[in-house]
Amino acid sequence: MIYGSSPWVQRSWDVRAALNFSLGGTGSGMLLVLAFSDVGGDTALRGAILLALALVAAGLAAVWLEIGRPARAVHVLLNPFTSWMSRESLAAVVLLAVGAGAAATLRVELLIASALAALAFVYCQGRILQNGRGIPAWREPTVTALIVVTALAEGAGALVAVGALARAPMRVALAWCAFAVIARAWAWSAYRRRVTGTVPGPGLAVLDRVGAVLVAVGTLAPLALLLAAALVPPAATVAGVLAGLASLAAGWVFKIALVTRAAYNQGFALPQLPVRGARGTFHRGEARP
Amino acid sequence: MTRWVMIADLRRCVGCQTCTAACRQANATPPGVQWRRVLDMEFGEYPAVKRVFVPVGCMHCDEPPCMQVCPSTATRKRADGVVTIDYDLCIGCSYCAVACPYQARYRTDAPAFAYGEPTAAESEEFDAARIGVATKCTFCVDRIDAGTARGLVPGVDPDATPACVNSCIAGALHFGDRDDPQSNVSRLLAENRHFRMHESLGTGPGFYYLWDREAEAA
Repeated sequence: MIYGSSPWVQRSWDVRAALNFSLGGTGSGMLLVLAFSDVGGDTALRGAILLALALVAAGLAAVWLEIGRPARAVHVLLNPFTSWMSRESLAAVVLLAVGAGAAATLRVELLIASALAALAFVYCQGRILQNGRGIPAWREPTVTALIVVTALAEGAGALVAVGALARAPMRVALAWCAFAVIARAWAWSAYRRRVTGTVPGPGLAVLDRVGAVLVAVGTLAPLALLLAAALVPPAATVAGVLAGLASLAAGWVFKIALVTRAAYNQGFALPQLPVRGARGTFHRGEARP
Repeated sequence: MTRWVMIADLRRCVGCQTCTAACRQANATPPGVQWRRVLDMEFGEYPAVKRVFVPVGCMHCDEPPCMQVCPSTATRKRADGVVTIDYDLCIGCSYCAVACPYQARYRTDAPAFAYGEPTAAESEEFDAARIGVATKCTFCVDRIDAGTARGLVPGVDPDATPACVNSCIAGALHFGDRDDPQSNVSRLLAENRHFRMHESLGTGPGFYYLWDREAEAA
């Protein structure tokens, strides 16, 4: 039997830190999809790359606003040997530099290189959470896969929404979006099974609420809308925008909740209670030894 | 080698919080920051109720999760097991705080004083380097180092011993070298049944809790 005090929600990271996961994940996902899809037109491609880079930069700016000593932010690069936060920062530097080169030249090699940096960046984000060992909902190893595919779904969703608005041809991006939301639902299912019994009850309740959003709004709705966009051409624009936004919004809601409201620690636990005083069982009227 | 560890005898702790007050005085921590806390836990239902007081704080782990995640290398572990923070390197990202399974780390973003305006003592002890960075129990490492430099023995000589241990009115807190088989803490660990907090996480805490006599438990 374990005795202990109730867990509580961590207060060290708030929505600013969560935004780094959401904005950075979306930007990274966009780059990944862009590198392996069919977004047509130089202007559209350049605009999409720049939007992705802006999202990653905005995420980093959001978390920069949270740190206690922003003037020392460059120190974040000092420990790539063991810290996934340092590795994430290094990946971000590469991502932004190579991505800027890709936007300037539109060379396929640079676009693919920036996508690989984006993959490294978002993988580091997953490992950042996984190494937050004080938080049971984060330290579950499957959280890394969940973060990566969530980024992919967000990025694909953002691209589909923007592309639909611009009426740009992007059949491969639509396929990416469908694949990503299914992969995210699968990753969520695997993660949810694993955290049963490790995440405190209130944290599980939060996860279940946002998990339902992830499945209904982030998976079923986009799939239905993507199908509508393919089968009913007059509705393609509206359906595409809605599908993309649903995939994007569900990912953001989920990750913000994971980083903030679901982030219960495990409190303190005593495997044994102290044995004090005389031993043995005493009955009324008996003399103590 | 030397491995400094602390022991809390749960049978003796009376929850007086003197260790908390002594730590706050010795380390000049601001309001709300308690590097040495004492949890007050109740178990069971009347009349079979147990109340347990559990001192907690930085466990100075063998494998500190806080050190592994620290992006700035501000958190380090000395050869004697004491986990330290370099306030000049720390960026205040709080990653260590969420990585610590013992909720031992604090970050104060603005100067705070007990009565609003700083008292004379608070003005004298205020350290701007601690604003916006992670802070935690240091095992009073300055006292250990100054004491050992004078040939004193931490855990035995008060001048080389952490303030919380010195102040304990019940003799519940102990400090010493786990690697010395003749030390006070080695004897206590040999003579008593003990556990460490969240041991399954593999952090190897340098903080032990005694809960029963070894001979009686056999």
